[in-house]
Amino acid sequence: MDPGPLEVHLRARREAGAKLLVPYLTGGLGNWTEVVRAVADAGADTVEIGIPFSDPVMDGPTIQAASERALAEGTTPETVFSGLRGIDAGVPVLAMTYYNLVFHMGDERFAGEMAEAGFSGMILPDVPMEEQGPWRAAADEAGIETVLLAGPITPDDRLQAVCDRSRGYVYGVNLMGVTGERASLGEQAARLAGRLKAATDKPVLMGFGVSTPEQAVEVAEVSDGVIVGTALVRRLLDGGGADEAHRFISDLRRALDDT
Amino acid sequence: MGEPDAGGRFGRFGGRFVPETLMPACIELDAAFRDAWADPEFRSELDGLLTDYAGRPSPLTECHRLSAELGVRVLLKREDLNHTGSHKINNVLGQALLTKRMGKKRLVAETGAGQHGVATATAAALMGFECTVYMGEVDMERQKLNVFRMRLLGAEVKPASSGSRTLKDAVNEAMRDWVATVETSHYCLGSVMGPHPYPWMVRELHRVLGAEAREQSRTLLGGSDPDVVVACVGGGSNAAGIFSGFADTTAELVGVEPAGGAAVGAGVPGVVHGMASFLMQDEWGQVEEAHSISAGLDYPGVGPEHAHLADTGRATYHPVTDDEVINAFQVLSRTEGIIPALEPAHALAWVIREAPALAGRTVLVNLSGRGDKDVAQMMDILEDKL
Repeated sequence: MDPGPLEVHLRARREAGAKLLVPYLTGGLGNWTEVVRAVADAGADTVEIGIPFSDPVMDGPTIQAASERALAEGTTPETVFSGLRGIDAGVPVLAMTYYNLVFHMGDERFAGEMAEAGFSGMILPDVPMEEQGPWRAAADEAGIETVLLAGPITPDDRLQAVCDRSRGYVYGVNLMGVTGERASLGEQAARLAGRLKAATDKPVLMGFGVSTPEQAVEVAEVSDGVIVGTALVRRLLDGGGADEAHRFISDLRRALDDT
Repeated sequence: MGEPDAGGRFGRFGGRFVPETLMPACIELDAAFRDAWADPEFRSELDGLLTDYAGRPSPLTECHRLSAELGVRVLLKREDLNHTGSHKINNVLGQALLTKRMGKKRLVAETGAGQHGVATATAAALMGFECTVYMGEVDMERQKLNVFRMRLLGAEVKPASSGSRTLKDAVNEAMRDWVATVETSHYCLGSVMGPHPYPWMVRELHRVLGAEAREQSRTLLGGSDPDVVVACVGGGSNAAGIFSGFADTTAELVGVEPAGGAAVGAGVPGVVHGMASFLMQDEWGQVEEAHSISAGLDYPGVGPEHAHLADTGRATYHPVTDDEVINAFQVLSRTEGIIPALEPAHALAWVIREAPALAGRTVLVNLSGRGDKDVAQMMDILEDKL
């Protein structure tokens, strides 16, 4: 399948010599649309927007808390779609959510509404390759690129299949565990990044645990870039707004550009 | 009740909706269980444990006084008499042996009322494993005795403090733990739910109770089967076990759900905890909180094979209210000298309510657990009334 706009955009950035920087934030949390614009303005190459779900099994306490707060504030897939429709982020934007929200609305309708709202890609952490069928058909049809995840103990044959089927980029999960900040990312991240880079020419982005400029630089050395979620969401939960998000992402951008 | 398809599907339900990081473990577990289940040595070791440690076979008891009162011939499969007080031990001993076979040394589990947690902690003590049990904060308060039992058995009990702070959230926490420790830990899931192979594996490990009940009832009934087989359904493991013994007979199979947690009756198809099944959810697909007097049934989903049995009409599922359950709890205690757990009191509540329609028929109820754990809770509710 030909690369879609998201992958084309990321490849172009990579070919221009940039390390890719992808912030994640929870849709519906506070003034999130302003934060999307702020992080794009600070140099994000694409932004992942979480659509909150009641039972986010792949997320740690920070993103769980953000999801709970956003749900309590009345967030639904529709409010996230309409929020995104109201802004021009300036970069491609992905959604990240859990499959039940999609399944409940219907794959085709969900994919269509995402595309209409301006989303370019989708990450569904609880949908492995084997269960992708109905969603993938609808997403491809709507022009939504579905990003697949690979983890440190994903065996070689699965890793290759993930790389072959992933669209937009390949999401390398740095460590065994849920989302959250970690003091050290260690050898595991480097090993996985190396295996992914050897398996595919698609952009390889590494996420889970990346929270400081030093860690971003360390992980981007062996991959095409990093995804930073919990460290940003924690700042938003603590009351930091768009300005603080802008500062934090700018610091990461500078660190990546200076290497 | 046969095997699911290669993708772990029972009809349109089941499957394997887990993070990629867990897929290798699910695939490994599937292969390990298939291998073990076909190995006579494994089966013989498990049978030995079920007999000498858990106390199987459990008896079949005919309830003469209750039958006379209801006008329905009531038989009880006495899973309450197993070691640790419920059917849960069958599944746990099987999974613990499998854990040993896979070379892992730590068990992670979720628990609602605590019976599965106690059974897991027991098997961990027996085999020298580390054990961590996740339990909703609300349930830890409701079931203090079982929390103490688990700790006494050497397990660490960790509170699940997100969401509704009940069984659903304990499952989330156990899955998060498993994602982080999958190379050294086995997730000892407590019901016929979750990603493939769990729904099938857990049902196979409970098949023993259905097979016993079939044989025992045929002996008692002169070669006939009961007319109706009834069991309570949260995730649905005890029901799957007893249904498996009667699926190929003409017996009606009846699952009884709490009115506030009726996944089959009030749910719609959805995907959570690794499986596609019936699920209570709001208009957007957010999972709703279940409410039941029994912590063990406080679950908004149901095992995928039950969803399939409901879909095909082989089994029917009916709700009962907390008040009906409280009544059934007292009726069995008073008429038969058996204090049931609140979970199987749901099954009895349905029989009591439907007694006029069941008149003259033979009904087999799976008494999946004993009421010791619920006595303190019921004392608060009933003390002034007795």
